[in-house]
Amino acid sequence: MNETTVWQVKTIAQRAQEALPDSVWLSAGYIALGLVGAGAFVALLGMVLIYAERKIAAHFQCRMGPMRVGWHGILQSIADTLKLLLKEDIVPENADKLLHLIAPFLCLLGALLTIAVLPMSPTLQVADVNIGVLYISAVSGLGVLGLLVAGWSSNNKWSLIGAMRAGAQIVSYELSATLALLVVVLLSGTLQLSKIVESQAQGWWIWRAHGVGIVSFIIFLIASVAEINRTPFDIAEGESELTAGFHTEYSGMRFAFFFLAEFINMFIVSAVCSTLFLGGWMPFHIGNLAGFNGIMDLIPPGLWFAGKTSFIIFLIMWFRWTFPRLRVDQLMKLEWKLLLPIGFVNLFAAAVIVLYNLYFFPK
Amino acid sequence: MTIAIRTLEDLTRPSATPDSPLATQEYFVNMGPQHPSTHGVLKLLLKLDGETVREVIPVLGYVHRGMEKVGEHLGYRQFVHMSDRMDYLSALMNNWAVSRAVETAMKIETNERIETIRTIMAELQRIQSHQLWWGVFGMDLGAFTPFLYGFRDREHVTDILEKTTGARLTMNYIQPGGLMFDLHPDFQKEVKEFIAYFRPKLKEYETLFSENVIVHKRVKGVGVLDAKTAISIGTTGPVLRASGVDYDLRKREPYGMYSKVKFEVALGTTGDTWDRYQVRIEEMKQSLSIIEQLIDNIPEGKTMLMKPGAKIKPPEGISYSHMETARGVLGIMLVSDGKDHRPYRIHLRTPNYNNIWSITHTAPGWRIADLVAILSSLDIVVPDMDR
Repeated sequence: MNETTVWQVKTIAQRAQEALPDSVWLSAGYIALGLVGAGAFVALLGMVLIYAERKIAAHFQCRMGPMRVGWHGILQSIADTLKLLLKEDIVPENADKLLHLIAPFLCLLGALLTIAVLPMSPTLQVADVNIGVLYISAVSGLGVLGLLVAGWSSNNKWSLIGAMRAGAQIVSYELSATLALLVVVLLSGTLQLSKIVESQAQGWWIWRAHGVGIVSFIIFLIASVAEINRTPFDIAEGESELTAGFHTEYSGMRFAFFFLAEFINMFIVSAVCSTLFLGGWMPFHIGNLAGFNGIMDLIPPGLWFAGKTSFIIFLIMWFRWTFPRLRVDQLMKLEWKLLLPIGFVNLFAAAVIVLYNLYFFPK
Repeated sequence: MTIAIRTLEDLTRPSATPDSPLATQEYFVNMGPQHPSTHGVLKLLLKLDGETVREVIPVLGYVHRGMEKVGEHLGYRQFVHMSDRMDYLSALMNNWAVSRAVETAMKIETNERIETIRTIMAELQRIQSHQLWWGVFGMDLGAFTPFLYGFRDREHVTDILEKTTGARLTMNYIQPGGLMFDLHPDFQKEVKEFIAYFRPKLKEYETLFSENVIVHKRVKGVGVLDAKTAISIGTTGPVLRASGVDYDLRKREPYGMYSKVKFEVALGTTGDTWDRYQVRIEEMKQSLSIIEQLIDNIPEGKTMLMKPGAKIKPPEGISYSHMETARGVLGIMLVSDGKDHRPYRIHLRTPNYNNIWSITHTAPGWRIADLVAILSSLDIVVPDMDR
């Protein structure tokens, strides 16, 4: 086995810590960079993903998509953001005004907090907490609170039905998603995201573990598509049934925050998926092919991460523009009667594999 | 025999003993008149128990324009223009129904050229109407892409019709005594091109939508309308045929050229949403074959048998014509007093008005999502219902 490149993980939080003895200002600068960077990243990402979604949808449907604003409609998202900013902020008369205001931010908060721990490249990670996986599954559950509050505060029956659907759905699918994540935790023996990425230097977990990896990858993909409320599991929004579900009574910027949260969540699940199953920023290596591996190493890790994440985002968009929506009881059946039992069996199988060291390329 | 008449007040009263195992409270929701899946301005008053539909009460009349009364003040030829605005997705068939009623009253015999062109037009329109329905059905189940696929293919038919009739929606092409214009010279060529184009697209519809397991789960066995109920409500068209009743006026009382062409009546077995879906898909195939049989055999002849300005004044009496539009049987009764150029009375029997009531039997017990699917499978056009 050739010596693989040694990856030095250095997060922004670490840099801030190291800079502290020399200069408080440099340290503060790093913290500010982390905060502002994450915020700016979210805003920019939202626009890019909305543009991508519209273009991809258009091409699936034999049409052009946005074409008027800028070259191939590239400035369309900016125009839309401006429109949403300038729109009247309508609050229903009998709504719970405070909760109605808080809900979109709760939704976005869950998404923003997760961004902080995503390892985008060895040098691009805001904080590398040692309980990364646990943190992600805990924080991403916060979003559902936003949906529930939104549905409740709108004082609209459609909103309430949407919120109840969202609550039941997200809480259920969280289980499967977490079970699938646990498989990787078992295999890599750590909860820290950067260590999980490093553990995949010899091969990605999706195929390193005798089928267990791919099963949990599929479970995670299905469960996380359900968790972020996208077709075929978009029953919380359910446009043709509930007009717009939990955000029926939202317009203007408040609606934009829900919209943004949806897209950021899509990015997050894709990023988590690629980090845990597809090696994150780790380049693609084949065994001892030193030449091939060398070429792969030339591609910067940030690009690897972006490529893998984009692939899964594309997959999720592909689902949306192909499948119809499941019914609410069928959705629950799928989770409790199919995904959850498979998830448990899979976790057990993973435990056996780890116990007897059966996975490929053992260290 | 006593008939239990339930008033709106009865229907909107919560049940004394809720049939839910949980201690839940029933509630009412107005679905529509502004709702993405009520296809315009239909209002359904829903009694819900959680997600389960307990009662559906259709509330009609939001686009009631008094067509029958307005018709009494218009000439017969003018009423053809009104008929476009009833079921706007089968405008040509509506025109034809009115024209036939007038022709029966005036005892005008049309020639074969007129009848052949009318039949081809009607079948093109049937395909066009079903294409739009297919797209909307997909969208109501939550898949957006079928909508645009349906519209993409519908565009081809619309273009063909536009070239001849000059309009894309309200065509008023078929007139009492003949046709508004002769066919466009490209008509035959373009229709043949369309048939060659659309046959493979129907396969695409199946791979995209009909073969999807989620679709099967969502529509199979959902909203079963048994034959007896279907007949007692007076449903017609694909909704009735999906319940297994072989009733198609094109076969029963052939008009136009339907007696000269070979086609099969698509029938369902159980009357669930899936059958209604399959019947319409099969009807598109049958319509294609009908057009194929006729397109090369359009005889020569005049396309208008009346003078353009001639006043239509039928003798005293009642004339009735009915025909199979894309949604069911459209019946038109004209009463003439023999003195006026305007009908004394018009009565319209529109297919959707009867079809919509089937939802009060099929939807209770299913979820909101199923209600949307069942409603969509009825292929309603609200202006036709309210006229």
